[in-house]
Amino acid sequence: MQKQEYTITVYTENQVGLLNRIAIMFSRRKINIESLNTSPSEIDGIHRFTIVVNETEDVLRKLVRQIEKQVDILKAEFSTNEEVIYQELALYKVPTPVIAEKAKVERLLREYGARAVVIRMDYTVFETSGHREEINKLLAALEPYGLMEFVRSGRVAIIKASTGFHDKLKEFEQRERSEEVAENEYLGQQEKVFTM
Amino acid sequence: MSTLDIVNPKEAVAAAIPATTNNTVLSGSEAVLEAFIAEGVHTFFGYPGGAIMPIYDALYDYRDKLNHILVRHEQGGIHAAQGFARTSGEVGVVFATSGPGATNLVTGLADAMIDSNPLVCITGQVFAHLLGTDAFQETDVINITTPVTKWNYQVTDATEIPAVLAKAFYIARTGRPGPVLIDITKNAQIQKFDYEGYTPCNHIRSYRPYPKVRKEYVEQAAALINEAKRPFVLFGQGVILGKAEAEFKAFIEKAGIPSAWTIMGLSALPTDHPLNVGMLGMHGNYGPNVLTNECDVLIAIGMRFDDRVTGRLDKYAKQCKIIHLDIDPAEIDKNIKADVPVWGDCKETLPLLTQLVNKGNHKEWLQRFRDMQQQEVEAVIHDELNPTSEVLTMGEVLKVLNELTGGDAVIVTDVGQHQMIACRYAKFNQSKSNVTSGGLGTMGFALPAAVGAKFGAPERTVVAIAGDGGIQMTIQELGTIMQFNVGVKLIILNNQFLGMVRQWQQLFNDKRYSFVDITSPDFIAVAKGYHIEGQRVDARENLRTALKTMLDHDGAYVLEIMVGKENNVFPMVPQGCGVSEIRLK
Ligand SMILES: Cc1ncc(C[n+]2csc(CCOP(=O)(O)OP(=O)(O)O)c2C)c(N)n1
Repeated sequence: MQKQEYTITVYTENQVGLLNRIAIMFSRRKINIESLNTSPSEIDGIHRFTIVVNETEDVLRKLVRQIEKQVDILKAEFSTNEEVIYQELALYKVPTPVIAEKAKVERLLREYGARAVVIRMDYTVFETSGHREEINKLLAALEPYGLMEFVRSGRVAIIKASTGFHDKLKEFEQRERSEEVAENEYLGQQEKVFTM
Repeated sequence: MSTLDIVNPKEAVAAAIPATTNNTVLSGSEAVLEAFIAEGVHTFFGYPGGAIMPIYDALYDYRDKLNHILVRHEQGGIHAAQGFARTSGEVGVVFATSGPGATNLVTGLADAMIDSNPLVCITGQVFAHLLGTDAFQETDVINITTPVTKWNYQVTDATEIPAVLAKAFYIARTGRPGPVLIDITKNAQIQKFDYEGYTPCNHIRSYRPYPKVRKEYVEQAAALINEAKRPFVLFGQGVILGKAEAEFKAFIEKAGIPSAWTIMGLSALPTDHPLNVGMLGMHGNYGPNVLTNECDVLIAIGMRFDDRVTGRLDKYAKQCKIIHLDIDPAEIDKNIKADVPVWGDCKETLPLLTQLVNKGNHKEWLQRFRDMQQQEVEAVIHDELNPTSEVLTMGEVLKVLNELTGGDAVIVTDVGQHQMIACRYAKFNQSKSNVTSGGLGTMGFALPAAVGAKFGAPERTVVAIAGDGGIQMTIQELGTIMQFNVGVKLIILNNQFLGMVRQWQQLFNDKRYSFVDITSPDFIAVAKGYHIEGQRVDARENLRTALKTMLDHDGAYVLEIMVGKENNVFPMVPQGCGVSEIRLK
């Protein structure tokens, strides 16, 4: 099975120590976390982790079940890049004298959808958001002008097919039993299971 | 009241109001003990120290309601709590202080985690304002124990204690059980607060221990079973944890399916049951291993396809359809892909399945197990149980023990050759009778676990069986046995080697015996030092009398039995081989 980029979305209680509990599930399996973002969700008191990894689907499926099994975790799922809308944010610090003199700043901003957040005599900070490749393109474009600092955020992602967490939460609070985390691929494939 | 108001324990103790049931002001420590009483805890294990002293001080006034067993080492305490949980079916409880007390629990937590033992561990912690300052006996217990606990939580404010303990007991015992650790800072133990009583927990929104049972999967499973010519059941501890022994028996009896067990499932089905075909795995029986690769439908119930059970996965059960019943969704498809997953508590799913399966008996198929059993008897078992050489075998010890107990004893084993022999040959009439460290394989488990097992089932005979290596890891618990008059019978099967490792070195490392030659103290003199009766046996003619003396003795007894130095456990599935490549010699 081929490794590819996946986005894992985890809804959790807002609990001290949970970041570690999640992080060690990756390190125990020697899975490198490409990026990790944690933030509030649409529901008060519920946190949302967005974790990007490069892995096979099989490993991901097992890992996500293990994550969802943790007591303080409400829901964990994984998506391919096609299944999510995602963005990262980056900041670039460049020396103002150089950039003002040598670069066609206006073209840069336009071409890369960037904004100037701060302009001082000594440096300027640009900001852009987008997919990694877009961010990297601006990085490459700014490098010749004496890039002083660069930082990129973790990915944030919205799942295209998701209707949010409100309904699920209601279900959980009403003491509904849980559906299994993933459909079994054989369900509904009577033929396949029954030909022995 | 702020948590930092009281930092001087002396002041706090002076201000303490003696606890009575009408009091609504309690200290955090008293709230912990009230939680135990409300949860029905009567016996627990522990070891005091600086950071847990307020709880121990409160315990002084609860001595008539709570039976605290002072162990000799915190590892002993947690193994005892595990043994207690295993024979009683209830939550085991253990106390330890911060720092070294807490780190001494880690092996037991890992053991309980992998073997799904319901435990609540309470550790003391330094004052909240000292957290992160490298204070005396401060360790980051929460982070150290995160991978080996089902849930853990640090309490820094006493008002949290009733709800947190209620959660702890609920999480430990529901769904797939596991160990929970609650770390309580000293200020929270001392802090007084308005106690509003204890409300047991029965719901946590982020925790869903019981998956929804899907009818269509049960129907598919039944259909597969009804079509099968050679169905085969593998069962694990899930049957015991689900208290589903009767439901399990009803299912296999109606469908007439031969059933084999993992060592964690051992004793869920009586040894004598006609459908019990024996043990799975590396040192399991010949038939169940070979026929795993010949059945047409494999029904796994409350077991997790551990590598010691499956051998090489790409040579495991490739020819059959697989039905997997488990309460833990993360176990489905983890090691073996299930064709039909039946999520749920087997206490619930098994009766549904039983309703839908046809009455059956797979006589010819069952006969194949019996035939292979016969082959194994001839090649291995007969000689193990009836040796002609002068030296005693571990197998014959088990044979005589079975004859004397009739299969009614609780058998607690350590880890190694004696463990495999005991699991292979011990006879069991009732469930919750086999206590062993299955998943972690923790040497030193047997003696402390037996202490707990005895408190968990005081009316039963509890026999611990350990090797000369493992017993030396936790032999200090003889002190606990002495002090609390715990009627544990300890058999040390002494082969003067770290036997299991020696066996591997013989078979796979050209007999290069590297540091497996272990010397022992005079175990009987050690026992006597603890005022425990005992004797050593090295001749066959004395074996039965010695075992009988041990069993008849009123109280604890240590019996050291000298056995063959270089005997091996067979059959064996060598590492890296498939189950059908099992070797009889
Ligand atoms: C704590 C721990 N350390 C090491 C091991 C590795 N190990 C497994 S079996 C074994 C030998 C056990 O020897 P003994 O207790 O004498 O029992 P025997 O195999 O001889 O019956 C060892 C060292 C282990 N399982 N647990």
